[in-house]
Amino acid sequence: MEKNNMVTIHVMGKKHEVPADLTIMKAMEYAGHQFRRGAGCRGGYCGACATIYRTHGSYKLQGALACQKIVEDGMYIAQIPFSPAEKKRYDINEVRADDTAFLEHYPEIARCLSCNTCTKACPQDIMVMDYVQAALRGDIEETAKLSFDCINCGLCAIRCPAEIVPYNIGQLARRLYSKYIDGPTEHVLDKVKEVEAGKFDAEIEEMKGFDRETLQERYETREKRL
Amino acid sequence: MSGYPDYMQESLELVVKTRPSRVGKALPEMNAEEKEKILREWHPDFKMDQKRELKIGPSKGMLMPLEVVDNLESHPIITPDQIDLDDIDYDVDILIIGAGGAGLSAALLAHENGIDPEKILMVQKLRLGDANSKMSQGGIQAADAPDDSPVIHYLDIIGGGHYENKPELVELLVKEGPDVIKWHEELGVMYDKLEDGTMQLAPGGGTSRKRMHSCKDYTGLEITRVLVDEFLSRDISYVELTSAVALVMDDEGQVAGAVLYDMDSDEYKVCKAKATILATGGFGRLHIQGFETTNHYGATNDGVVMAYHAGAVLRDLDSTQFHPTGAAYPEQIVGQLCTEKLRGRGAQPLNKHGELFVYPLETRDVEASALIRECYGRDNGVITPTGMRGVWLDTPLIEIINGEGTIEREFAAMFRTFNKFGIDIRKEPMLVFPTLHYQNGGVEINAETETSIPGLFAAGEVCGGVHGKNRLMGNSQLGLYVFGRRAGRFAAERAKTAKIGELTLSHLDRYEGWLEEAGVETDRKAPILLPEYRRKKTIEHQLKLL
Repeated sequence: MEKNNMVTIHVMGKKHEVPADLTIMKAMEYAGHQFRRGAGCRGGYCGACATIYRTHGSYKLQGALACQKIVEDGMYIAQIPFSPAEKKRYDINEVRADDTAFLEHYPEIARCLSCNTCTKACPQDIMVMDYVQAALRGDIEETAKLSFDCINCGLCAIRCPAEIVPYNIGQLARRLYSKYIDGPTEHVLDKVKEVEAGKFDAEIEEMKGFDRETLQERYETREKRL
Repeated sequence: MSGYPDYMQESLELVVKTRPSRVGKALPEMNAEEKEKILREWHPDFKMDQKRELKIGPSKGMLMPLEVVDNLESHPIITPDQIDLDDIDYDVDILIIGAGGAGLSAALLAHENGIDPEKILMVQKLRLGDANSKMSQGGIQAADAPDDSPVIHYLDIIGGGHYENKPELVELLVKEGPDVIKWHEELGVMYDKLEDGTMQLAPGGGTSRKRMHSCKDYTGLEITRVLVDEFLSRDISYVELTSAVALVMDDEGQVAGAVLYDMDSDEYKVCKAKATILATGGFGRLHIQGFETTNHYGATNDGVVMAYHAGAVLRDLDSTQFHPTGAAYPEQIVGQLCTEKLRGRGAQPLNKHGELFVYPLETRDVEASALIRECYGRDNGVITPTGMRGVWLDTPLIEIINGEGTIEREFAAMFRTFNKFGIDIRKEPMLVFPTLHYQNGGVEINAETETSIPGLFAAGEVCGGVHGKNRLMGNSQLGLYVFGRRAGRFAAERAKTAKIGELTLSHLDRYEGWLEEAGVETDRKAPILLPEYRRKKTIEHQLKLL
């Protein structure tokens, strides 16, 4: 990192000079900020560091994950570590996996304006509007698959003019798809029954009794099927 | 256009040049003597000047990384006179500390075993579900394929752990594996399947079968968010941004809850509980030997510290897992995980000459040692602009072997992350170096997930014993659910009959006594709750290995 290569950013209105190569998260720490809210996995998997920003001279309000986005000169930054949203309570065993599921739990999806603001706001580049529309059509599989990479950061919900919370809809879709459409996996169920019947108990019990040498011999000579 | 600086292009050309001749090729796996030798010479665990013996407590004499000993040989952050134990803020049956995979599983099972949702309290330092559990990419092991069995899984684990694992815990891990996958599917976890409806399974380092179940490379994310959704649907109580800072005990030596710290108001609160479950995760953010880490922001060893203050027995904390492939470039993501599934699906580690130098699926400790040797012993690493060294991980091979589109489909997270920094991993390799990943040891538990102190249960990375001295890929994910569920079940059982006596924090005074007796003079305090990255620490790298 070149030491002279600094940029100016504004964190919640306060101006700081920071190295140009840092992510927003590291730049804020460099500026003296210790995260309590607004930092999580630091690797793009948890959505805790949802951030909105404008750059100097631009009208555009943009969204990003602070841990994944490199600072730009003249950036105005605000973090959105929490998005107010109602998650519906349901017993997944009782939800009907048909075209009524989404409208029953999240009727506000009918308000979708197809403006695509959610898709533009998504730091994961998910086609958010497309899955909201799929949910509106009752297409559980499409909603589940299109929303799969969602990390629940909340930026889509914050920007939606129809006040929809897309990530909650995606979550319901994925659970329904896995449980009812894809269904349980047969060889998993078979193996569970074999374990319950005690099929492997004797062999494991025997191995638990082995001394280290015998175990090592077994391990070194075990058959590999890859 | 290349995502790498000009000076690396010569080496990248060699990677491209040797690629056709490497398809389907692998160097042989090392034999037992070779493994032993490379670990002794190159694994950070064997760098003895980076360890010392713990001077105090029931596990006195145990050799551990300096950073862990420092963390344990610290003053508790509160003194008993600061806390009024008569003023109880939460009076519950079960307190769960930590809201990752283990804690969430424990909560669901405690509920299913008869505990009212409002008599369970989950506290979490950050947000619900924010944990290493969520960052797991490559997969979860479970021996459910027709040509696999828990017996074979058992042997893989014990050998991989250097025969130091606690056998009864390994037995539970392998036998409950298939049931965990079944449970996940009932809850609605979307696993990757083949066209015939069977699981898509991949190998991992040290596995003798294809046993890795995955949800793209968002495996932990998918499982965790389903558990969170279920947890919220059941209205189980929880408080975010609230950290436990000390366990509360009673006059009979039982654990009886915890002192909590509200990270918003900076106030202490008291939780009284009939059973307490530690599910606080690991210590990656202690940056053992200066290594960068794959870990979550909150992975600061709090659980082990609190348990040790209360007198719990520890084990296997001499052993630390360094994941072979952390990002070495670009600088912004140094240390972040490049999943083992990449190698499971055909990516090869290569030196700067574009040559193979190690079997790609050795156990993690051996693989990591081979990468360190290649960079520092043989000087065959590529040096980054910030002075780190790394080797190539040839990801374009994945598409050559498994077909075009495989990377976007199966490695959406990896593809996305590197793309943001201008590297297309379908076309160019990644530059990688080992990174601090997992604490193999921790608080000792038994089959019922009880620690050595009555009333205190533990599950997940905070415990030791399951993985011995080296963990295999996908077994930490499995362990979260196997032992998390057990913790919920057994804690519920205890809560139905336990009688709690007079509350006390006298164990903190006892701990101060141990420190004084051992002559530990320090101003360190623990648990530390959050790592320190402010100001110049933001851009410091201080690898002590070399």
